[in-house]
Amino acid sequence: MRVTRPDTAIARTSAPTAQVDAAPVVRMTGGTAELGGRPVLRGVDLKVFPGEVVALLGANGSGKSTAVRTLVGLVPLTGGRIELFGTPHGRFKDWARIGYVPQRTTAAAGVPASVREVVASGRLDRRRMFRLGRADRTAVDEALAAVGMLDRAGDGIAHLSGGQQQRVLIARALARRPDLLIMDEPMAGVDLASQEVLAETLRRQKQEGRAVLLVLHELGPLEPLIDRAVVLRDGCVCHDGVPPEALGQHALPGHDHVHPHADDHAHATPGLLT
Amino acid sequence: MSLLQYDFMQRALLAALLVGMTAPAVGVYLVQRRQAFMGDGIGHIALTGVGLGLLLDRSPVLLAVLTAAAGAVVIELVREHSKVSGDLALSVMFYGGIAGGVMLASQSEGNSNLDAYLFGQLTSVAPEDIQVIVILAIAVLAVTIGLRRPLFTVCQDEEFARVTGLPVRALNLLIAVTAAVTVTVAMRVVGLLLVSALMVVPVAIAQQLTRTFAVTMATAIAVGVAVSVSGTTLTYYVDAPPGATIVLIAIALFVLVGLLTAPLNLRRAARRAAAVSSAEVDVDVAATVGAQRRDASTGSSGTMSGTSPAPTAVEEEPR
Repeated sequence: MRVTRPDTAIARTSAPTAQVDAAPVVRMTGGTAELGGRPVLRGVDLKVFPGEVVALLGANGSGKSTAVRTLVGLVPLTGGRIELFGTPHGRFKDWARIGYVPQRTTAAAGVPASVREVVASGRLDRRRMFRLGRADRTAVDEALAAVGMLDRAGDGIAHLSGGQQQRVLIARALARRPDLLIMDEPMAGVDLASQEVLAETLRRQKQEGRAVLLVLHELGPLEPLIDRAVVLRDGCVCHDGVPPEALGQHALPGHDHVHPHADDHAHATPGLLT
Repeated sequence: MSLLQYDFMQRALLAALLVGMTAPAVGVYLVQRRQAFMGDGIGHIALTGVGLGLLLDRSPVLLAVLTAAAGAVVIELVREHSKVSGDLALSVMFYGGIAGGVMLASQSEGNSNLDAYLFGQLTSVAPEDIQVIVILAIAVLAVTIGLRRPLFTVCQDEEFARVTGLPVRALNLLIAVTAAVTVTVAMRVVGLLLVSALMVVPVAIAQQLTRTFAVTMATAIAVGVAVSVSGTTLTYYVDAPPGATIVLIAIALFVLVGLLTAPLNLRRAARRAAAVSSAEVDVDVAATVGAQRRDASTGSSGTMSGTSPAPTAVEEEPR
């Protein structure tokens, strides 16, 4: 069951900066992939436009995490095609434009590392491997400030809470000043302050006309910031449009219900995540 | 100093100095990747090269470098391709390395003694060896210090590094080959069976004291030089094998530092617990005052600054 989104929905649901005819930053067409011989993606179509915040939803094992991992090249496609910023995946070299926040329970490795060291590692790419200049330091400071961790820059990462470590991983991606920010389950096990940092990050990316694709288990408090939701079930897209209703978090205090509804989809997809 | 009168002792001390620098410089990346065992495995494989050298009557050091480098590349490829069954394949390789070395050495003519290579022997550092050791050590330090940023990135989070567009496989192979070179450099001083200890133990000592990667690396190198030079010096006065002496000094230091920092860590943990309980209050505030969430969160990060809250379930929402 695949719901094809009418093109008008883009204009209705995305930020004012996005244009209907803007080229998508991500375009996956008929993407298939397998893990250990088991098909996980079975013909996924996915587009993300500039200035758009897209949530990739689905139950455990629906393939949502695998879908973003194919986009960033960590899982190979077995069929279909991916274009990033209009370039076929195989020829795409401009990884500096993509910020990736992997799904992690910890940001720490076997040796101590400071918050700043980890975030600074986000500045590297194929062309910039050796020295980090003043511009790099500024970008790192900005990213640290954006997640509220500038005053912890010199601290060891292993001493931070889970939510704070998640914020460091977000800062590491933001330090690239990415045109496309891809986050894999950034809400998993984070505290309230980190949720707020995440929401602020989404707002800012959107304001600057940059795109965000985030894998979420449920929309939760981020719901008002999501322009479009793509729901996967058994490796297929079963919904692509406004965020599906009735995900349980709407009753939260402080939740203002401002996003526009496209009624044709909202009621067609009850209980998608169960 | 009287011990510097002897050429062999000068060479031994120079070799010890270089080994003390290079082994932790590579080891820090292996430990960061949680592959402390890698040096051990490469050492086992290098033994086959030594055996080959003895059998063919060629330089055992050169053949050990080549064999160890080839083995390290294979180890790296096995690691990359089979995340699950990799350790079994690696164990087989490691045992094969030792068995092959012993077998080849036993077939060689003359009374070749593997002990010098297995456990280190200062008098075995020949004048022609020292040139090779100096060149290899400079190469190792150039790689581990010059490429520290990309190597740090790859060893900290390999998947993230892939997405940055860094040449991850090339960097991984570089670490593997550099580790292999280091093993053979260190072989004469500490021996193949203990070489891994000099890669890992100084890092283990350093990270009890440090918070950043750069300082950990510098401290580990300093500790490596201190233990290998002092251990080598000691064996001039006491009749003891250098490898074992160096490693035992390093482990004694590890325990000593652990005992000295224990009260400090306990105090830090107590402070952390205090910070967590105050953070808990902040989160409660934030939860109730939904509209003022932003202020509450700034407040909570303010309270936590200067202390180190441990990762606890208290602060986190249930999944």
